[in-house]
Amino acid sequence: MISLAGRDILYSWGKFVFTGMGLGLLIGITLSMAGIYRGMVEDAKALLDNSGADLWVVQKDTLGPYAEPSSLYDDIWREIRSMPEVEQAANITYLTMQIGKQDGDVRAMVTGLTPGEPGTPGWPPYLIAGRQITRSHYEAVADIASGFKLGDRIQIRRSRYTIVGLTRRMVSSNGDPMVFIPLKDAQEAQFLKDNDAIWKQRRRTAQNPAFNRPVVPDLLDAIIASQSVNPYVNAVLVRVETGHSPEEVAESIRRWKRLTVYTRGQMEEILVGKLIATSARQIFMFLVILAIVSSAIVAFIIYTLTLGKIREIAVLKLIGTKNRTIVGLIMQQSIALGLIGFVVGKISATLLMAPLFPKYVLLQPLDSIIGFIAVVMICALSSIIAIRAALRVDPAEAIGG
Amino acid sequence: MAAKGILIQGLKKRYGSGDTAVDALKAVDMHVAPGEVVGLIGPSGSGKSTLLKCLGAVIEPTAGKIILDNDIIYDDGWKVKDLRALRRDRIGFVFQAPYLIPFLDVTDNVALLPMLAGMSNLEARKRAIELFEALDVKHRAKAMPSQLSGGEQQRVAIARGLVNQPPVILADEPTAPLDSERALTVIRILNDMAKRFETAIIVVTHDEKIIPTFKRIYHIRDGATYEEKGQGRGFE
Ligand SMILES: Nc1ncnc2c1ncn2[C@@H]1O[C@H](COP(=O)(O)OP(=O)(O)O)[C@@H](O)[C@H]1O
Ligand SMILES: [Mg+2]
Repeated sequence: MISLAGRDILYSWGKFVFTGMGLGLLIGITLSMAGIYRGMVEDAKALLDNSGADLWVVQKDTLGPYAEPSSLYDDIWREIRSMPEVEQAANITYLTMQIGKQDGDVRAMVTGLTPGEPGTPGWPPYLIAGRQITRSHYEAVADIASGFKLGDRIQIRRSRYTIVGLTRRMVSSNGDPMVFIPLKDAQEAQFLKDNDAIWKQRRRTAQNPAFNRPVVPDLLDAIIASQSVNPYVNAVLVRVETGHSPEEVAESIRRWKRLTVYTRGQMEEILVGKLIATSARQIFMFLVILAIVSSAIVAFIIYTLTLGKIREIAVLKLIGTKNRTIVGLIMQQSIALGLIGFVVGKISATLLMAPLFPKYVLLQPLDSIIGFIAVVMICALSSIIAIRAALRVDPAEAIGG
Repeated sequence: MAAKGILIQGLKKRYGSGDTAVDALKAVDMHVAPGEVVGLIGPSGSGKSTLLKCLGAVIEPTAGKIILDNDIIYDDGWKVKDLRALRRDRIGFVFQAPYLIPFLDVTDNVALLPMLAGMSNLEARKRAIELFEALDVKHRAKAMPSQLSGGEQQRVAIARGLVNQPPVILADEPTAPLDSERALTVIRILNDMAKRFETAIIVVTHDEKIIPTFKRIYHIRDGATYEEKGQGRGFE
């Protein structure tokens, strides 16, 4: 027996190839959407992995520092550091902002790092060029995705920084590249007010008789000085001594310091389950819509192709073709259309869409397999209308009326 | 009762029931022997298509008897279980238009039938090619139907009707779209094939050009047949 579906496809290959390409672009978008979601999860995990922390200590009852604002005094880390189970503890600040460059600006997550050795929690674990920050001011390490180059001068608030090192795959959970600067600079950047505001605040403080007391002449200066430093950080990153369970250490910090502490697993739960949950739902909706549109297209094309063959189907039935063979003819064509679409979609997602998307698109083989199965199933289902039409054809129609 | 070819006795067909019932066939009696080509002639609405559909086993008659090659296939009800196999193996069809499958080449259009009956592709194609030789279309065996002339297409369609060597071929106005020379060629071919394969052929027609060629003609009017001796002497 010959393959009727195969022969028909070869005969009208133009229709199949062009429809398949259109369908393929839709499938490509679908795969890219799934890839964007995977990329977001992957970015979130990279953010956590690269920070080199076992625990995140944040302001009490917040989901900080990524999903909610959190601020802690910048000396808490010492108390945590002194706990015997803690190997390292380091302050960290995060501030997402526009960074000025000669040509336009770049959105980035500015991260303030505790001075120390490479390997301190929060430090980029590896560089692809240049060196780590060694001075305590005005040096920066940037993710390559920011577009900055070694030696570039960038503007963060009122200060200029020199890029001394470049790193890779260090992005916020929004996909914004990270730019690392010394903690003190970052605290200042987070807190800094413009000159007018500082001047006004000084004047208000000076006007307050409680602060401006002739009997204590240094009081006013001390208060103004304390107002112009930022004693806060967003979180303390903690690395636990090997041999201790992060969960136990977290529990004792919670108990003794009255702070909220998250383990790596809980943090991932917050990032994936809360921070990117809305995006994930959006992407899921897109996937559903794309699936519906794709199946409508397949159903329409296969139905049209079948209506064009009603006479042939009547003849085939009259000369004794089994219904099963005719169902096979239509369903195989529908699935063939899906296969063409899938191949075009996979290629366009890999070669065309993933590199062009501004976000990280992670195309996982598993998603491709799921996509492939979905395409085959959607195509098989979409052919049902056409199959019903074909089964209703009366072989008597082949004999003139 | 036994009869070679096809024998039809007292065949009736009523469409619908009650007040709106239509008796399309009231009394059809025919016999076509193997190797014989008979004409079936009647005005529009006389029941020709209904008769072909009954003989072609795509609609069920209401009463009567159909005997095909000594085998009772209908006797106030179907006597064979698998009507699809009956159509495939024991009835050949030739339609008004060739109705070839456009996406199969000429050989596979014909070879498809034996393939459907379970013959190997190779053998089925061999059998198709043999017929093409007899029908003078062998040089077109690899062509697609759309590349053939109308006459060539109709000859391929005849080959399809013959390929499973059915005892009867039902031809529904097979010469309607052809000019008189080609129409006569088709009738000559049908006569040749009837003899060669011992096939009984019923040609429904109202084509004036070919009516004179039949040795025997059945007239049908208001669902009843009567036989007439034709003027034709065939194509000896
Ligand atoms: N499906 C049907 N239902 C009801 N009446 C029908 C149907 N098909 C044909 N008829 C009637 O049966 C009679 C014979 O029709 P038909 O066999 O088509 O004649 P012919 O082919 O000779 O023109 C006509 O009166 C026609 O109206
Ligand atoms: Mg008719």
